[in-house]
Amino acid sequence: MKAKGWKDLPPGAVVLEGGSAARFKTGSWRAFRPVWKEENCIQCLFCWIYCPDMSVPVNDGKRGEFDYNYCKGCGICALECPGKKGQKAIVMVEEGK
Amino acid sequence: MAKVVAVTGNEACANALRQVNPDVCGIYPITPQTDMMQRFASYIADGKVDTESILVESEHSSMSACIGASAAGGRVVTATSSQGLALMWEMLHIASSDRLPIIMPVVNRALSGPLNIHGDHSDAMGARDTGWIQIWSENGQEAYDNTIQAFRIGEHMDIRLPVMVCLDGFIISHSIERMEYLEDQEVRDFVGPFKNFLPLLDIDKPKSYGPLILTDLYHEYKRAQHEVMTKVKDVVLDVAKDFEKLSGRKYGIFETYRLEDADIAIVILNSAAGTTKDVIDEFRDKGIKAGLLKPRLFRPFPFDEIAEALKHLKAVCVMDRADSFGSYGPLFMEVASALYPLEKKPLLMNKIYGLGGRDYLPSHAAQVISELHESAKSDRINTRKEYIGVRE
Repeated sequence: MKAKGWKDLPPGAVVLEGGSAARFKTGSWRAFRPVWKEENCIQCLFCWIYCPDMSVPVNDGKRGEFDYNYCKGCGICALECPGKKGQKAIVMVEEGK
Repeated sequence: MAKVVAVTGNEACANALRQVNPDVCGIYPITPQTDMMQRFASYIADGKVDTESILVESEHSSMSACIGASAAGGRVVTATSSQGLALMWEMLHIASSDRLPIIMPVVNRALSGPLNIHGDHSDAMGARDTGWIQIWSENGQEAYDNTIQAFRIGEHMDIRLPVMVCLDGFIISHSIERMEYLEDQEVRDFVGPFKNFLPLLDIDKPKSYGPLILTDLYHEYKRAQHEVMTKVKDVVLDVAKDFEKLSGRKYGIFETYRLEDADIAIVILNSAAGTTKDVIDEFRDKGIKAGLLKPRLFRPFPFDEIAEALKHLKAVCVMDRADSFGSYGPLFMEVASALYPLEKKPLLMNKIYGLGGRDYLPSHAAQVISELHESAKSDRINTRKEYIGVRE
């Protein structure tokens, strides 16, 4: 595809479609990876609510495995995770380990 | 029917905003603008306008709120001065590069430090590279007229840029002058209903403002931003023509005073132009052909037209009420750039005057015109850049 010239651009750099961020994968930014431990998960969905991107897919009201394409490793899901009986359902692990 | 009133510059701008009846206003007080937004807030409280006010905790937030409201699809205004404009700085660039036609009177005041609340142009000159259109006003009447015209300029479908309307702090903002108001309906008809362009609240057509754009397209977006600025001058002149039909008051991209047959001239912005015109008359009576050029449109700067207007002169002094320390005053730099392509150009000097509200007196104008007269005779200038009205 030919790169756009300055005359072809929408004014104000406005993105004229919805959902285009799905095409921008940011997982490679990550230094720490959240790991989901299903046995400790109570399906409260705090991780889904707090995730600033869309790294926690939910189907039929239940979360599944992380979508690491969008996870920048911010760790907010692990911080907010209440876990079960004192055991976190999300822990952060250093990438490369 | 025009109504003759005796009002301050702040009051006149607040009234212009009332007559336009914008959708949203970001409000934060700062001297000497406070009185303008206070009056406008009273109009909101009294139900005189339909404007939604957003009271914020800083000017950075005020401009941010205006950007959000403007992107959402509203007609948006705010006003500020000095440190407030400085605190808005990063958001000013966002407003212009997102092409949001926010209208903002800037009541010009010195920047700290030392802390000073009085009139000079260092605030707006510091914002000259933010991508905003800047229109400068000599008196309350011009500030009122420019505020009304700013809506038509910034909101023009070929432009869609934010506009600062500059007026001198205290000298104009707080001085009562005789001026003429247009009727409310005349103003509303003149600015017309707000036309939307890519509004966020058009939820059937989702869109995003403020994407991340790196080396692939940023350079192209800036080129496009430069292009839109090249179209502003013609729109300013068209709007001025319509405004003249309505008000009888004529505006251009700059004003000249006794310039056509002049040998020497002063280039000066805003309220000091009035004092200078009086002194020019005195020198004319003595047979010295002095004239004046007062820029109205400072961004974009009309280089070719200003060069054309000044090219016949023997000597020109550009007077700045702001300094770019280690360089020339900002207005001087523009005029020097404008004159550079000319084969035969006037002698050019730069005087810095009136910082932090120091009075600009007729004797200062007389001193400059006398020096210009001597320079024109001897074909040489003494000092390229000099502070005047300063104690040794």
